[in-house]
Amino acid sequence: MKMALLDVCGISDWVKEDTFNPESASVDRVNHFSFAAREPEFAVPIGVDPAEFLKPLTESEDGVEGVRIKLEHGTTTLAFKFQHGVMVAVDSRASSGSYVSTQMFKKVIEINPYLLGTMSGSAADCVYWERVLAKECRIYKLRNKERISVSAASKLLANMVANYRGMGLSMGTMICGWDKKGPGLYYVDEDGLRLSGNMFSTGSGSSYAYGVMDSGFRYDLTVPEAYDLAQRAIFHATHRDAYSGGTVNMYHMKESGWIKVSQEDVGDLYHRFAAEKK
Amino acid sequence: MMISAQNYGDKMKEYHYTGPVEHKFSPYAFNGGTVLAVAGDDFAIVASDTRLSEGYTIHSRDSPKCYKLTDTTVLGCSGFHGDCLTLTKIIEARLKMYKHSNNKTMTSGAIAAMLSTILYGRRFFPYYVYNIIGGLDEEGRGAVYSFDPVGSYQRDSYKAGGSASAMLQPLLDNQIGFKNMEKVEQLPLSLEKAEQLIKDVFISAAERDVYTGDALKLCIVTKEGIREEIMPLRKD
Repeated sequence: MKMALLDVCGISDWVKEDTFNPESASVDRVNHFSFAAREPEFAVPIGVDPAEFLKPLTESEDGVEGVRIKLEHGTTTLAFKFQHGVMVAVDSRASSGSYVSTQMFKKVIEINPYLLGTMSGSAADCVYWERVLAKECRIYKLRNKERISVSAASKLLANMVANYRGMGLSMGTMICGWDKKGPGLYYVDEDGLRLSGNMFSTGSGSSYAYGVMDSGFRYDLTVPEAYDLAQRAIFHATHRDAYSGGTVNMYHMKESGWIKVSQEDVGDLYHRFAAEKK
Repeated sequence: MMISAQNYGDKMKEYHYTGPVEHKFSPYAFNGGTVLAVAGDDFAIVASDTRLSEGYTIHSRDSPKCYKLTDTTVLGCSGFHGDCLTLTKIIEARLKMYKHSNNKTMTSGAIAAMLSTILYGRRFFPYYVYNIIGGLDEEGRGAVYSFDPVGSYQRDSYKAGGSASAMLQPLLDNQIGFKNMEKVEQLPLSLEKAEQLIKDVFISAAERDVYTGDALKLCIVTKEGIREEIMPLRKD
């Protein structure tokens, strides 16, 4: 039915054939000799709904017949707009189940000097789709001789993942940048949800970060005050959320592009804040 | 409180179900094994045990999990052996294709980025493999790249993967990363110290993890090339 509607609108002539179609998924279409070197291909298990197939393997305690595939997850990220641009702060813990795979994971992807993307949810999904987004932004710049707007970049990402809706992707990302309209901040979800806003926090520790951010936020914060607020919000989230931790990575998006402000270990921050209280 | 025998009987039926049970074919199996990689200033070491098991059975005591990709890169993969074999076959084919198109060997960083997209191409039917790449980067410094089964990766200085990874990683964090230690002299890691540390660490892993043991294979990558060394471990 979806295909019939596309036909009527005349879109099926140029829409890419990479949406999930249950009938054709029962035939193994992946060419094992091209290795996806030219066209990106997604292999799908034959005859089953991919989300149903993958869920017991990745999410249940014991997995399927003793096999449990542990994917990397977890996080707290935040971003807010204020008078001097956009602040972005993230933690750096990646966990697979209850095991911490790494405490030094880079959750901010630098798409270009004027665009940043944050990652939360499944690490592989975020890294892959934001890398594809970086490629699309570069192609846009080459074709149109001007940088892509934050609105368009976030829309590209939202539309890409919306094709795979219901297949088990897990991605909550914030696209931050500075374009002709000024500072831009969009939240993009694995369902294809795209929201423009002044303040977002995503991930398992987001509620803690919101609490700290909301209590300290004013639009007219000075730059050092904004740095302090962003850092504290992530720190408090890592303190209370088991799936967040490691270091606090902070970026500041200005008119001249982004700068990396700092990368501080949460343990050191704890001692610094504790000393301040005395 | 009185529980009627009938209610209790129904409950017993739930726990001791004796009718036909449907078993679906699972395309995965867990074959065990541990892999470890350490990067130094001018070397990288990739080590793995050589036991191949399934459930209570040991299929082989001589099935190393390190695969030499180029003169400067070694890949360690553990998890499901079938997927390890197919994945290495695909990587080797892609390496040859790159060599023929670009007239140069792939660098470690490029191999890591390529492996990430190969793994993500199976996002909906993953390769059940935990990969770690160890090698030298373009400047001759040691590099380690660790992956999750669907392609999330990043560069580290040391990483353990596989069945005993949760036991080995904290020890490496302490001895190589100097974590949770105060006022210690942070000396850079020498090749000899790294080799000895890896051997000790695997001996410990073989003690406490049933899937790790039999022998340890080390692949030491330096600018002179790749040297292999085998050391026996507990066979029980």
